[in-house]
Amino acid sequence: MLSRELRRAAESALLPLGALTVSLALFGVFVTLAGANALDVYYQMYRGSFATSFSLQNTLLRAAPLMLTALCTAIPASLGLVVIGGEGALVLGALAAVIAAHALSTANPWVVLTAMALAGAAAGGAWIGLAGALRTFRGVNETISTLLLNYIAIGLFKHFVEGPMRDPASLNKPSTRPIGEANALGPVPGTDVHWGFVYGLVACFVAFVLMRRTVFGFAAQMVGGNVRAALLSGLPVHRLVLIACALAGATAGLAGMAEVAAVHGTANASLIVGYGYTGVLVAFLARFHPLAIVPVSILVGGIGASGGLLQRTAHLPDATVNVLEGILFIVILASETLRGRILGPDALESEPKPTAELKPASAPTPEVSPAPSGETKRAVG
Amino acid sequence: MEAEAHSVANRRAQNGIRYAPVPTVVLFIATAALLLAACHKTEENAPGGTAATGSAASVAKADAPFVVGFVYVGPKGDYGYNQAHAQGAAAVAAMPGVKVREEENVPETVAVQKTMESMVELDGASILFPTSFGYFDPHILKIADKYPKVSFLHCGGLYQEGKHPKNVGSYFGYIDEAQYVAGIVAGLTTKSNKLGFVAAKPIPQVLRNINSFTLGARSVNPKATTSVVFTGDWSLPVKEAEAANSMADQGVDVLTMHVDSPKVVVETAERRGIFVSGYHADQSTLAPKGYLTGAEWNWAKIYTDYVNWVKAGQSYPHLLRGGLKEGFVKLSPYGPAVSDIAKSRADAAKAKLMEGTLIIYSGPLKDNTGKVVIPAGTNRPQTDIELEKMNYLVEGVVGKIPS
Repeated sequence: MLSRELRRAAESALLPLGALTVSLALFGVFVTLAGANALDVYYQMYRGSFATSFSLQNTLLRAAPLMLTALCTAIPASLGLVVIGGEGALVLGALAAVIAAHALSTANPWVVLTAMALAGAAAGGAWIGLAGALRTFRGVNETISTLLLNYIAIGLFKHFVEGPMRDPASLNKPSTRPIGEANALGPVPGTDVHWGFVYGLVACFVAFVLMRRTVFGFAAQMVGGNVRAALLSGLPVHRLVLIACALAGATAGLAGMAEVAAVHGTANASLIVGYGYTGVLVAFLARFHPLAIVPVSILVGGIGASGGLLQRTAHLPDATVNVLEGILFIVILASETLRGRILGPDALESEPKPTAELKPASAPTPEVSPAPSGETKRAVG
Repeated sequence: MEAEAHSVANRRAQNGIRYAPVPTVVLFIATAALLLAACHKTEENAPGGTAATGSAASVAKADAPFVVGFVYVGPKGDYGYNQAHAQGAAAVAAMPGVKVREEENVPETVAVQKTMESMVELDGASILFPTSFGYFDPHILKIADKYPKVSFLHCGGLYQEGKHPKNVGSYFGYIDEAQYVAGIVAGLTTKSNKLGFVAAKPIPQVLRNINSFTLGARSVNPKATTSVVFTGDWSLPVKEAEAANSMADQGVDVLTMHVDSPKVVVETAERRGIFVSGYHADQSTLAPKGYLTGAEWNWAKIYTDYVNWVKAGQSYPHLLRGGLKEGFVKLSPYGPAVSDIAKSRADAAKAKLMEGTLIIYSGPLKDNTGKVVIPAGTNRPQTDIELEKMNYLVEGVVGKIPS
């Protein structure tokens, strides 16, 4: 018999890999039904996402914003909060970064980029921090508030880009004035992958250390575990929720800054392409673990990168890769129910069992349910 | 009840503390290794120097098929902007010795940069037609610099001599000429004298279509007015349907539009029993009773011309513009509800536009607040670049430009 620790580690690796394999098999059935050769499709997907240096960089570039927007959901998840406001924080971060760049247009590019990053993070942080404040002080469900704040943020973004901040020269594609070539965030030397990818890697690692290796992180986990227990232990629950939400928003705001500085050079509506929402998917697939976000983002980036080749060579519709993402999402979440069951009788004796098993079969818990707001509201407020 | 306080989410996160790190750290390191691996072979992708001509013929080997790539921002079967381009692509695909590669739903982000590169690197494309207006700056400009032997031909008319790479071209059509003629048909078909226009954004191209349509209608029916609703974005089907319905409720009996996919507006008009004039492509099958005519692109001509020029190694025009006369735009065949008088008046106006004897924007012209925008005696022919900065709605348009 394997030792318990080893068994758990093996399980954490086997479950996602198994889920990936099952997903690809199901996807193969799907594309066969759609009239394509499944083996050819797998080969084209590999060729489009990882096979060549070009494909690999394509994949990494697409993963860059996802790592940061995924953290926007993953960090508050430690406290039991389901935040889906990455999209709004991203566009406002982008807008704030542009404002910072315009304010400092004559400064050294390093100063400008630093100011842009800080402004982007601050704007995103304030935005999700607002949802955190609504949650702590008014008991407003953070999932609903962040969803609605996305619409407001996009509305504000469009108002400024098409109104007061519009560059008069951008006739048919309303945009702000450019931040200037000199201030662009370049590629990592020797690659086509811009520094936003490195921002993502660093942010994931910092988030890992902060949430899993510090007192702050431990306190946050306690809030997530049981708010009343946390309060009784004297933890500053209000402050923890606010800080975690602000940090989460800051990561998505930074993603917006990187998109402006590395890709677009201005703020315009092309920024609104759903990176925030894809980030939510990535965070769930990574089970909110900051380090797991990195490979999952790359996986999702790779699926995106291979989509074009599937259209062009296998003549499959664009939605094909969405089908694969959907299958992956469901299979990975479903595979969690096998935790503790595949490598012999279980290491879970001393662990709390998954919620669904504690309950009578007649009242299953939805897989993605947020913490009931009433509970926390009473305890916190 | 204690179990209630835990979400599944945070339990996962908690569990992660104890036994997830080992494999995830490994994956994290693997990622770093991937990035390092990516650093190695990139230099070979970046050819040095810049091309002196816009010709791409040297890329194509005599025996290999000549590959042309098309990139669309939305679905190519959208009955609208993208379908019009896909019809042009189909004409190119029918040319001998030419192979077409298409990719749809490509957003205006790094995604389109990588799609273009992928078409060059993996498909060996010699010409790319990235068709969305928003692809130009910065995406096409950046990739065109990197592949000087490939021609990047963009829809939008944004090319500036001396400023943009020499392997870039840009083309656009004066589709407002077709809207003017469609306006004549609408003006002679309406019974309520109320026309409706569902518009995406108040940008010059859209305003020019609204104005030309209205001027066309009022040239034959001075009582006609056009109500305009701006939805705020290029593809918002729900808002477009709401706008169409609310205008039908207000007594509007002819609708037209400038959005990426006119499908919803056309179908809503048919369901409400009113008339509709199409845009971008032919939507007559969606409204067999109420479809009057429509302002359509005719990209097939431009695309096959460009491919022939590049394939033959000739230099090509970097900025190509045209209207009805040049065959860049056309009108949908008249629907069953169009009267003979409307047909003959519309055909007459079309003939004059093609001769160049009819100028749509000629003074005196007032905007809908009473301000003179083109003084008496001033003519602005289609090529006048003042028209590209249009920021007003002409007299007869009901609505205002959101600030």
